[in-house]
Amino acid sequence: MENLILQALSGLASASSLFLVASGLTVIFGVSRIVNFAHGSFYMLGAYLAWTFVTNLPRGHLGFWGGVLGAALAVGVIGMAVEMLLLRRIYRAPELFQLLATFGVVLIVQDLALLIWGAQDLLGPRAPGLRGSTEVLGLRFPLYELFLIGVGPVVLGLLWLLFYRTRWGTLVRAATQDREMVGALGVNQRMLFTSVFFLGSLLAGLGGALQLPRESVNLHMDLSIIAEAFVVVVVGGLGSLSGAALAALLIGELHAFGILIFPKITLVLVFLVMAVVLVIRPHGLLGRPQEAARGTGMAEPVIRAAPPALKWLGLAALIAAILLPPFAGDYALTVLTDMAVFILFAASLHFIMGPGGMASFGHAAYFGLGAYGAALAVKWLAAPMGLGLALAPLAAGLGGLVFGWFCVRLSGVYSAMLTLAFAQITWSIAFQWVELTGGDNGILGVWPAPWAAGKLTYYYLTLALCLGATLILRRIIHAPFGYALRAQRDSPLRAEAIGMDGFRIRWAGFALAACMAGIAGGLFAYAKGSVFPTYLDIPRSVDALLMVLLGGVQTLSGPIAGAIAFTGLQEQLSRMTDLWRLVLGIVIVLLVLFFPQGLAGAARSAWEARDARPNA
Amino acid sequence: MTGLMIGRRQLMAGVGTLALAAPWIARAQSNVIRIGEINSYTAQPAFLLPYRNAWILAQEQVNAAGGIDGRKIETIFRDDGGRPEDAVRIAGELLNAEKVALLAGGFLSNVGLALADFARQNKRLYVASEPLTDTLVWSHGNRYTFRLRASTYMQSAMLVEEAAKLPARRWATVAPNYEYGQSAVRSFKELLKKARPDVEFVAEQFPALGRIDAGATVQALAAANPEAIFNVTFAADLTNFVRQGSTRGLFERRKVVSLLTGEPEYLEPLGDEAPEGWIVTGYPWDQINTPEHTAFREAYRQRWNAHPYLGSVVGYSTVQAIAAMLKKAGKVETEAMVDAMSGLQFQSPFGQVEFRAIDHQSTMGAYVGRTVLKDGKGTMADWRYADGRNYMPPDDVVRQLRPQA
Repeated sequence: MENLILQALSGLASASSLFLVASGLTVIFGVSRIVNFAHGSFYMLGAYLAWTFVTNLPRGHLGFWGGVLGAALAVGVIGMAVEMLLLRRIYRAPELFQLLATFGVVLIVQDLALLIWGAQDLLGPRAPGLRGSTEVLGLRFPLYELFLIGVGPVVLGLLWLLFYRTRWGTLVRAATQDREMVGALGVNQRMLFTSVFFLGSLLAGLGGALQLPRESVNLHMDLSIIAEAFVVVVVGGLGSLSGAALAALLIGELHAFGILIFPKITLVLVFLVMAVVLVIRPHGLLGRPQEAARGTGMAEPVIRAAPPALKWLGLAALIAAILLPPFAGDYALTVLTDMAVFILFAASLHFIMGPGGMASFGHAAYFGLGAYGAALAVKWLAAPMGLGLALAPLAAGLGGLVFGWFCVRLSGVYSAMLTLAFAQITWSIAFQWVELTGGDNGILGVWPAPWAAGKLTYYYLTLALCLGATLILRRIIHAPFGYALRAQRDSPLRAEAIGMDGFRIRWAGFALAACMAGIAGGLFAYAKGSVFPTYLDIPRSVDALLMVLLGGVQTLSGPIAGAIAFTGLQEQLSRMTDLWRLVLGIVIVLLVLFFPQGLAGAARSAWEARDARPNA
Repeated sequence: MTGLMIGRRQLMAGVGTLALAAPWIARAQSNVIRIGEINSYTAQPAFLLPYRNAWILAQEQVNAAGGIDGRKIETIFRDDGGRPEDAVRIAGELLNAEKVALLAGGFLSNVGLALADFARQNKRLYVASEPLTDTLVWSHGNRYTFRLRASTYMQSAMLVEEAAKLPARRWATVAPNYEYGQSAVRSFKELLKKARPDVEFVAEQFPALGRIDAGATVQALAAANPEAIFNVTFAADLTNFVRQGSTRGLFERRKVVSLLTGEPEYLEPLGDEAPEGWIVTGYPWDQINTPEHTAFREAYRQRWNAHPYLGSVVGYSTVQAIAAMLKKAGKVETEAMVDAMSGLQFQSPFGQVEFRAIDHQSTMGAYVGRTVLKDGKGTMADWRYADGRNYMPPDDVVRQLRPQA
């Protein structure tokens, strides 16, 4: 019994830490609707800065607590700078585009932290006055954990006062509900957004700084916290502070007790919780249906047939892709094969994101299901390559049907996070079911059949399948089904009124996209000769998202351009310098600033501007 | 559009090469032997930066001593970002575009396995330096892959020898939830049960790698009230586990047996909070005074103005092994090099090491000892060198484990 109560206390301490980070994220999202990937980086910066301050300031209460608060404030200022220099310029870009910018910031911070603080983990001093432990029911419990348990509710209380007892708080709540109306009433939105970003980043920094006496400061802190923080925010309901508190409590306690019964549950628990909560409550525990943000993006542009010039350019690229490779070296062929695979992967995600209007944060699940479908067939059935490649889209499509049935009922970020939850559940099965999938050591020996073993042959095979599938997707967008898909995106009510079943259309679209991603995954498996859980991990989903956003969501050639640009950049940079993350991050940030419509979107705008000029 | 973008990329490439090209990217020269080295530099910098430093040192020494029959060796380092699929792509690049003679490196087990399978498929030599997984030389072993570092099984066996001497009967285990942690626990349990049929395992915890919830994990272990604990966590997980464990008194009156904790990579960050009296495998770099290690330590200190880490020993020894192999083979041709690797004897900072012909595992061992605090820093005491050749399964078992070609 005593043990259980102590376990509950441990859970409370974790919940409290989690809440600090999640509260900042939810405040930022509520007002700006930005999915802020950089929040984890702010958390990490908070910990590193606190380490620097605390170890350099004189020892004692002032040095320690001053250092912690100083770090939180510094991170708040950094967050403010990121908002003013970067995000402020792209609020009008299509939804989720800001995610790309914040991801650039993540990459930059990762390398800067390595350069400034070095590779070794850093251990901060313990908090003065809270070094030891106390007896709870005859068992020892750290004082600092007790302190943390107190911090969460105190911060929640202070935030509540701030939001409900000050004019600024009222404005923030108003903006969370309807920011255009707040703007129309003459409130300076810029100041509001910047100050909210300051507060949110400060909370992340504080969360990081307060980990100093508990955990080592290391370079993996950013990515290890960000997914969990998002889960808390979504489970609680986007923009809801009390929701975030409740969700943090739920996850902290489930975690503490879960490991008593299933020691291996840590891998997937938070995502299981999120899946269950979202299936039962589509807007989180305490969230409300979101008002559609008005006026930020214009109505989605109508998709037209490609202008002749683009057709010629596409044809030229195709001819080059067919004629030139025989003269290229083996390595160039490998890279081109990868590019073809990623073009299809990005195009399939674009299919549901652009025309479908549903974002997915877990598209790697279907890529991975395709790869595992093929690899499992090789491993357990000794299947020939043809059968493996045929099974890939089947496995992925089946996954898409099952997961899609849940996901397409939800909307916006909730739907995207549910796809992430399913992707992580799939990942943990691939990771944990060692007997079937080989766990993280993966499945080896998935090499192409002898007739396709040559790099050039395999490249042509990949090109044919990927390009064919991409063109089919393009054809479908122009077909009646594509019109229906766009109709339910642009105006669900009207679409329903003329007899379209929005759910079924979205569901079919989702499964189709999954199928196509599966083809890409299967081809990728045979190209690499092995399959690992990394194929369906979060970074791969993020890669797909980046390709689509980089290319431009609202153009059909966008994912193609994005996939080529992203894989090309990453491949070139990682060969050139150890600091490739820094350079890639800067490039992404610059691209975001100069091409807020994505690469293909920018090209189209330029094209249309040139067309329009003679008429004007 | 496509054309435009390639233009920009090439521009970027130009700028990048000018501003950031690392010194080790050397241009092709006819009379050098090139080694392609792939590792997770951005994902695991703490281990791999000292590793690469020592690699460069060893290479300079080999070249200063006249190279391999007059030919210099040169290494092209590449970052796989911790992704096996990228490692495979880079392996292709190094072989086809950079014309390297052999592949080396690998930190994560899955990267090592992906490279090993690539080597088998393409019939090229791969010298795995660090990946610890047993399957690399056993169930997935192949003709073209050799591994330097003492495997998970070997290191577990070293610790079991010590653990079996303890009076403790009730054991608990804590390990990161991935292949390395799982197989370390499995080997430890099997071997300890064999040596001491009276032990029982009363609790096991498998926190996610890099994301341990240390408070809850420590509490869960304490609740089972074991007499001894086998720990496999390392790096940040270890630090957090130790902090929570010592504040909550988990380690009092309990013996802890711990993999890798004696390595300076993991012991140093703990500072004066390093636990005392744990039985660990590791590397007491400041106390090993054999001639070969002293020479290595001094050379490393002179070149890099820092003390060596275990990663340094691994990097340095890999180059020594490759150089010895090239001298023995007499020509830079894969089959000859593979034959030379098999049964190769070479001198490492830890003494004479052999790449066993039976499973391509080197006999490089590890140091086993007790952790102590000295001058506010953790270090090892009462250590001894556990030679790898004494901690292998019998040969007939190895033959069963490894597919015989």
